[in-house]
Amino acid sequence: MIRLEQIGRDFQVGDQTVHALNDISLQINAGEYVSIMGPSGSGKSTLLNLLGLLDRASSGHYFLGGRDVTALSDDEQAHTRNTQIGFVFQAYHLVPRLNAAENVELPLLLGGVAAEERRARVGRVLEVLQLADRAHHKPDQLSGGQRQRVAIARATVTEPSVLLADEPTGNLDQHSGLTVIDALEALNARDITLIMVTHDAAIGRRARRQIKMVDGRITADQSSHDASA
Amino acid sequence: MMRLHSGDVTLFAWHALQGYPARTLLMLIAMAIGVAAVVVLTSLGEGARRYVSAEFASLGTNLLIVIPGRSETAGINPSTMMGETPRELTLDDARSLTRSFSVRRMAPITVGSANVMAQGRQREVVILGSSHELLAIRHWRMAQGQFLPGTDLDLATPVCVIGAKVRNEIFAARRAVGEWLRIGDRRFRVIGVMGSQGRSIGVDVHDTVIVPVASAQQLFNQSSLFRILVEAKSRSAIRPAKQFVTDTLRERHQGEEDVTVITQDGVLATFDRILQALTIAVGGIAAISLGVAGILIMNVMLVAVSQRTAEIGLLKALGANRRQILALFLSEALLLSMLGAVLGLVVGQLGSLAIRYAFPLLPAYAPAWAVSLSILVAVATGVLFSLLPARRAAGLDPVLALSRR
Repeated sequence: MIRLEQIGRDFQVGDQTVHALNDISLQINAGEYVSIMGPSGSGKSTLLNLLGLLDRASSGHYFLGGRDVTALSDDEQAHTRNTQIGFVFQAYHLVPRLNAAENVELPLLLGGVAAEERRARVGRVLEVLQLADRAHHKPDQLSGGQRQRVAIARATVTEPSVLLADEPTGNLDQHSGLTVIDALEALNARDITLIMVTHDAAIGRRARRQIKMVDGRITADQSSHDASA
Repeated sequence: MMRLHSGDVTLFAWHALQGYPARTLLMLIAMAIGVAAVVVLTSLGEGARRYVSAEFASLGTNLLIVIPGRSETAGINPSTMMGETPRELTLDDARSLTRSFSVRRMAPITVGSANVMAQGRQREVVILGSSHELLAIRHWRMAQGQFLPGTDLDLATPVCVIGAKVRNEIFAARRAVGEWLRIGDRRFRVIGVMGSQGRSIGVDVHDTVIVPVASAQQLFNQSSLFRILVEAKSRSAIRPAKQFVTDTLRERHQGEEDVTVITQDGVLATFDRILQALTIAVGGIAAISLGVAGILIMNVMLVAVSQRTAEIGLLKALGANRRQILALFLSEALLLSMLGAVLGLVVGQLGSLAIRYAFPLLPAYAPAWAVSLSILVAVATGVLFSLLPARRAAGLDPVLALSRR
């Protein structure tokens, strides 16, 4: 369902061109659970941004659900992000003035979903993530783990096919981190493709497929089955 | 294409304004000051205009003043070179002007100055020769006694009405009504004292002695009139009355149009135009503060965009397109401008009320055009000056925006 063909991403820094991604070719099937690991500056977040259509490749082609999305207009990319992709960030990125339910509601609001349906869907997803009793709490009234679960609820309320998580446990203690990973894995179990960037090898190893990157290149791509073999 | 519901946009904007109370309050105050300034200053201008109009109305808005000579032919021309003067206005001319349905009343005027004396005191004062009708035409009031009797214009009755200042200086604390007053070489019985009105179109009523027009003509040995005051029956009768006066006097003066008829209405219209221009000018000056408020809004919105960069990045990650971000930020500005305008309107109206309370004579009401225009300008300014920050927000790169904390 996700296919990258010889993707490159260059940045201009002063007079120098930095090759953040080099000739990345990759296929991720629907419902897969993939972790991307690597040292800082290896290009894993850049790859995640490209997969999430937040950034554009300098070269190569990106196919999402069989459609070439590389050259989509800004508006078409925005629409695709809204309907097919969910993001979970390390810093949660919750809007502080909105309560949990309102934060979760945001992608539906941007998608033009009617208020009644929005309320129903937000209620359901908060229930699934065991946050129903926190619906009217502002982010500063929630623990780190709860905030990240609100962010996961927001990422999945539109029922996307792909969930992209960038260091989702980076700001959490071990217990909260595991709770969040459990929640993400539960969603993956419902056939949502989960792609997670992480520094944490222990968490990365939980994914059935692990991709390692160094200097903008994929240096290893193995499934747990291969690794155990 | 995804469409935001307007109610959702408004609610989101409302939440955003609530989320930053200090910033919101600052911009509200700026906008409110602008609108309030326009409302208060135009209400002052409008108050002055209404006050002047009312003052003119009290003098008689339906008044026509007939002056001998044509204003257009004044100055040096062949007739004046040969020593000719404009044809005089006579009492017969004056009498002829009452024979029209459009004319309510008429008062001939003769003016001169003479020594007045009583009980050993004397001084020189303006002597006004006129008729019984002058009191009503000029909307004057009597303090004591009565005005000139309604006798025939040719009758030089030896009676006079004196101004308050003349009364005080000649009669001091003694009773004036019923006493004799010597004017020039004639004696007149004081029959009334004028009320407290001050200067009225060039005549200081306080310092005047009013006598029957025929008596004044005898005093000054002249048969001409200084002018004739004619009151039309109504505002709509001014034009036919003016036509009647012009036609009648032309006929009486052997077909020559040698008088000038000034209407109070014309003078009032001129004042009206001047004060209207003044109101617009002060309104315009006040509107500058709306521009200043707009610049403040732009600055604060730019700061807001900078502070909310991560939020904008998030909205983009969640699928907001450029137009939606633009709509969200412009809605905030629109909501803010509207709230500021309403607040300014309330403050401005309270200011006008305070002016009316402090200066009861000044009917300081902001004109409707100023109120609606100030609101319109406030909203337009707010939205216009928010375009740049909103466009900046809409153009942010989502990856960079999300990396800002």
